[in-house]
Amino acid sequence: MLYSMCFLLFIIGLYCVLVKKNMVKIVLGIVIMEYAVNLFLIMLGYRLGGIAPIIGQNDYASGVVDASFTQASVDPLPQAMVLTAIVISLGSLALMISICIRTYERYGTFDITQIRRLKG
Amino acid sequence: MMIPLPLFVALPLAAAFIVPLFGQKKRSFATLLANIATTCLLVLAIYVMLTGQSGIYKVGRWSVPIGINLVLDGLSGLMLLTISIVSFAAMLFSIRYMEQYTAKPKFLSLFLLMVAGMNGVVLSGDIFNMFVFLEIASISSYALVGFGCEHEELEASFKYMVLGSVASMFILLGIGLVYGMTGTLNLAYISRTIQQAGLNNGLYFALAMFIVGFGLKAALVPFHAWLPDAHPSAPAPISAMLSGVLIKALGVYALIRIIFNIYGVSIPIGWILITLGVLSMVIGVFLAVGQWDFKRLLAYHSISQMGYVVLGVGIGGVILAQGKDPAWASLAILGGLFHLMNHSVFKSLLFLTSGSIEIATGTRQLKQLGGLAEKMPVTRTMCTVASAAIAGVPPFNGFWSKLLIVLAAVKAQYFGLAAITILVSLVTLISFLKVQRYIFLGDLPDKLNDVKESKGSMLWSMGILACLCVGMGLLLLWEPLREQILTPAVQVLVQNVYSSEIISMP
Repeated sequence: MLYSMCFLLFIIGLYCVLVKKNMVKIVLGIVIMEYAVNLFLIMLGYRLGGIAPIIGQNDYASGVVDASFTQASVDPLPQAMVLTAIVISLGSLALMISICIRTYERYGTFDITQIRRLKG
Repeated sequence: MMIPLPLFVALPLAAAFIVPLFGQKKRSFATLLANIATTCLLVLAIYVMLTGQSGIYKVGRWSVPIGINLVLDGLSGLMLLTISIVSFAAMLFSIRYMEQYTAKPKFLSLFLLMVAGMNGVVLSGDIFNMFVFLEIASISSYALVGFGCEHEELEASFKYMVLGSVASMFILLGIGLVYGMTGTLNLAYISRTIQQAGLNNGLYFALAMFIVGFGLKAALVPFHAWLPDAHPSAPAPISAMLSGVLIKALGVYALIRIIFNIYGVSIPIGWILITLGVLSMVIGVFLAVGQWDFKRLLAYHSISQMGYVVLGVGIGGVILAQGKDPAWASLAILGGLFHLMNHSVFKSLLFLTSGSIEIATGTRQLKQLGGLAEKMPVTRTMCTVASAAIAGVPPFNGFWSKLLIVLAAVKAQYFGLAAITILVSLVTLISFLKVQRYIFLGDLPDKLNDVKESKGSMLWSMGILACLCVGMGLLLLWEPLREQILTPAVQVLVQNVYSSEIISMP
C-alpha cells in the first residue's frame, strides 16, 4: 500500500514534467520524482519499531549482537544510498536552476512553448 | 604489472580539480595538464588491453558483497579503450578549437569529470556505484552542452537535462526495486540470486525501468528526442565525446551489461533489443536525410548507428536464448561491439571535421557552404574517409562491422533484418553524398573566398582518427589482435560466467 503511494508520487512528478509549460514547474516535477524515489528507498529498509543498527566495539564479545538484533534493526544500506542520491540531486538541481535563470535572461520568459529555436 | 583500477577514475578526477586552479592567465599550462591526463589514460588503456589484464579491485579492502568493487573484464576493457581514444583525440582538438570560448579551464575541468564518470561506469561492479558515476558523467555533460550560454545552447541543455534527470530517476527506481528483491547491490551477487531464485514480477518491472532509463541515456528511438538538439549545440569536441562515447558508455554498455550478465538474456528481451535497434536505425536515418544543418544531420546518424549496435547484440541474444549455435551468437555480438567501437571513431571524426568547418566558415548550414574542397583539402580528406566509413564502404572500418551484422542476421535466418540493415546503409551513403556535394563540391560562395584550412592540433587529432578509420579493419582481420581485444569482450556476453567468476575470486 505504502509502496503504491510512493509510486503514485513518482507518477505525479512525471505528469508534472510532461504536461507543465513553465520551466520552473518542470524542475519541480523532477524534484518530486527524486523525492518519490528517495522515499521508496528509505521504506525498503524501514522496519516498524526497528532499532538503529549500530554495533559498538565490544558488542560482539558481550553478545548484544545476535539474531534478534539483526531482525529488529533497520537496514542501513538504503539510508546511505539516499544520502548519496540527495547530494547528487542537489548538484543537478543547482545546475537546472542556473540554466533556468540564464534562459530567462536570454528569452525573457519561462514558457517552454515560446522557447523554441531548435526545430526538426 | 597489474594496473590499480581506481587509477582510471582517480587520474581524470584529480586533473579535473587541479585544472581550474590555473585561471585565465596560465590557461596553456592547464591545457597541457589536461592533455597529459588524457594521454596517460590512453597509454594505460592500451597497456591493459595488450597485456590482457582482468581482475577485480576491492575498494577499501572490504570483501566483495560488503564493499564496493571495480571489475575489469573484456567488455570493460574494450569500453575503456574506446573512451580513451576518443577523449584523447577530442582533447587534442580542443587545444586550438576552444580558444574562441572564454573560461577554457572550466571546460577542461568538466571534460575530465565526464571522462572520470564514464570510466567509472564501465569499471563499476556495483549497481549503485554505477549510478553515481553515471550521474557524474551526465551532470557534467549537461553543463557542457550549454557551455556557450547562447539561446540555442541553453534550450538544448535544458531539454537534455530534463530528459536525462527523468532517465536517472527511472534507473534509481529500478535499482531500488532490484535491491528490494535480491537484497544486494553487487552485480555478481544480484546475478547469482536471480539464477537461483528466478525472475519475479518486481524484477521484470525493474528491467522495464532499466530499459526506459538506459534507453533514454542511449537515445534509442522512442526515447531519442533530446539527442538531435543536445549534440549539435555543444562545442565540437564535446559533440564528438557525446556522440562518440557518452551514449555508449552510459546507455548501451550499461543496458547490455544488465541484460546479459545480470538478468540473463531470454527470447522476449532479445526481441525488445532488436525492435529498439531496428526502429532507431530506420527512423534515425530517414530523419537524417532531410537535415540541412551539418551537425544535426550527424546527430541523427548517431541514433541510426546506435541502432546497429543494439541490433547486433539483440540478434546475438536471441540466438543464445534459442539455444542455437553459440558461434553465430558470437558473430552477431562481435558485429555489434565492433560497430560500437568503429562508430565512436568515425562519428567523433565527423564531428571534429564539422568543428573545423564551422571555425573556418562560421556556419554549418549545408546550403551556405560549398566548394571547400580546394580551400580545406585536409579537412575534406578526413571528412571523406569518415563518410565512407559510416556508410560502410570497404575497406574502411564501418564496412566490416556492418558485414558481420548482416552475416549473423542471414545465418540466424532473419532475412528481413539483413535487408533492413543493407537498406539503412544505402540511405546513409546517400545522406553523406549530400554532405560531400554541398560542403566540398559546387561553387564557392563569395563570402567564403578567404577561408583558411585549420592548423596544428586540430589537424593532428583528425589525422589520428582518420588513420584509425582506415586501419581498424585489422582489429577484425588480424587474428592476434582480434583475440586480444574483441574476443574477450564477446566472451563476457556469450558465456554467462560473470557472477561465478567474481564470486570465486579471492
